[in-house]
Amino acid sequence: MKLRKQTKKEFITYAIVLLFYAVVMILDVTGNLKSHTKGLLVPVCYYATAAVSLNLVVGILGDLSLGHAGFMCVGAFSSSLFSVVFKESAMPVGLRFLIALIIGTAVAALFGFLIGIPVLRLNGDYLAIVTLAFGEIIKNILAAIYLGYDEAGVHLSLKSFTLQGEGKMLINGAMGIQGVPTDSNFTVATLILILTLVVVQHIVDSRTGRAIMSIRDNRIAAESIGINVTKYKMLAFTVSAAIAGTVGVLFSHNTSTLTAASNYFGYNVSIMILVYVVLGGIGSIRGSVIAAALLYALPEMLRGLGNLSNYRMLIYSVILIAVMLWNWAPAARTWREKVFAGKGGKADAAS
Amino acid sequence: MLNFLNTIINGISLGSIYAIIALGYTMVYGIAKMLNFAHGDVIMVGGYLVYTGMISWGFNPLLAILFACIGCTMLGILTERVAYKPLRGASSNLAVLITAIGVSYFLQNISLLIFTANPKSFTSVITWEGISLADGQLKIQGITIVTIVAGIVVLLALQLFIKRTKAGQAMLAVSEDKGAATLMGIDVNKTISLTFAIGSGLAAIAGALLCSAYPVLTPYTGAMPGIKAFVAAVLGGIGSIPGAMLGGLLLGVAETLSKRYISTQLADAIVFAILIVMLLVRPAGLLGKKLQEKV
Repeated sequence: MKLRKQTKKEFITYAIVLLFYAVVMILDVTGNLKSHTKGLLVPVCYYATAAVSLNLVVGILGDLSLGHAGFMCVGAFSSSLFSVVFKESAMPVGLRFLIALIIGTAVAALFGFLIGIPVLRLNGDYLAIVTLAFGEIIKNILAAIYLGYDEAGVHLSLKSFTLQGEGKMLINGAMGIQGVPTDSNFTVATLILILTLVVVQHIVDSRTGRAIMSIRDNRIAAESIGINVTKYKMLAFTVSAAIAGTVGVLFSHNTSTLTAASNYFGYNVSIMILVYVVLGGIGSIRGSVIAAALLYALPEMLRGLGNLSNYRMLIYSVILIAVMLWNWAPAARTWREKVFAGKGGKADAAS
Repeated sequence: MLNFLNTIINGISLGSIYAIIALGYTMVYGIAKMLNFAHGDVIMVGGYLVYTGMISWGFNPLLAILFACIGCTMLGILTERVAYKPLRGASSNLAVLITAIGVSYFLQNISLLIFTANPKSFTSVITWEGISLADGQLKIQGITIVTIVAGIVVLLALQLFIKRTKAGQAMLAVSEDKGAATLMGIDVNKTISLTFAIGSGLAAIAGALLCSAYPVLTPYTGAMPGIKAFVAAVLGGIGSIPGAMLGGLLLGVAETLSKRYISTQLADAIVFAILIVMLLVRPAGLLGKKLQEKV
């Protein structure tokens, strides 16, 4: 059987993820995995997933969204709320986590859809700043609400309150949600990553994906051949938000305390994921996975080597600027075309 | 009532800082057509330069601010030359925005290495106590008055510069039509460099005022005010200098009012909600000109 070039590329990506999973599992079984390294496994998977989903908007749709962390926040809080409420019930853990995943994804998708309606009318810099604004609004509101139930019923407030009699505080303002069951593990996170890859790759390779890319390349031309720009933009944005919600579920069910703090859900996190996407190659799904995994894990692994980790963000930022200049500056492009022209016009393929 | 008045005055003071930052944004946006995401971090660098000048080298405050202005101006020109200029004419307008994010990251992290993450407690550049009105019930701090005055002075100076000087007219011309400006013999590159220089110099002043009013300085100090100042620039109408001033003042007052009467934690959310409502209702901003999108 002859595989299409595209299919082959997809399978290489899945193979890389599975190989990584197998190597880690073998190391784990043979007892060669330090507990610190183990703690990195789930984050590596969910940041890779987040990078792939952001790439759908930045690379395939061509719009810069800086609100990805906001959708993660929505997914994290909605699913954790469910898990905390049903923690003591007789529901089996697997089912509970599955429902949590579905809830987080669905709620984030709903938010993505609702936010997409106003946001996708804008483009370029305005879109970037408005997605950032939405992300910050979500984070700030979730950090400010108090939700709890007691004998008098359910209370939702922007101010701290005391419960009457038997009851429980669910969201405790800036303290967030306490006691989220730590249901996520490396296997589930890997499965979600592969599922995300399948979904995103299939969107990209389908008629839908080509429509989305045509909007990126020339919106007016796309519109003139009858492509419904709003519909496809909404689709890409909503799918991306939904996957970000799934990432939020994995994130919140990896540690027991969930707070809407800036270092988890602020716009800096969105920018960090954007850095993964850019350094992995805008539009390259496999690149996003590899870049996210490497850039997240490497500095954590090198933490023992003194102050090297202090330099990592500095080095990333320099590489980020250099990559952007190399790939996009007109002067660099003509230079590359000149230099690589003799090799059968490879410069085009590289860009 | 006095409380309310006090809040309004504080809001105008904060708004003046936003306005000075927003002027930098709006000029760069109007002329280079790019959102300089790193502008907020230039404020932070300005703050650190004033701090270094005043505390480490014992400069008097005015000299320290001058030193910071020169430093930031050079930084502005340098980043424009190294990071943004090569991307002029790039096929994707995302490229320059992502590069600006990279510059912002770079400035934050290099400050983190040089000045460490420990917050520096900033001594106000203004030592004047301020005035008290209504039998001492209404106290206005010196820094508040100086900030408001500085905002007005900067606005007037900038308006004069743009209306009365050749370089200012060249800026206007470039912002209207780059191609036509080139044909009229205007050096577009030089004009853009000048814009970055002025914007960054203003950012240094904003940095000194911001850190005097809120005297904690970290490598991340500039990021949020920078983004809010962009919101102010959009609110007033991007590219419009009086608009940036108006937007800054409105935003400052809205923020202090919501901090005082609604919720401290929700103040930022309210500021961003204003941006979203504004873009939906009147995308050109309060004083901006509505441009027909070219097809």
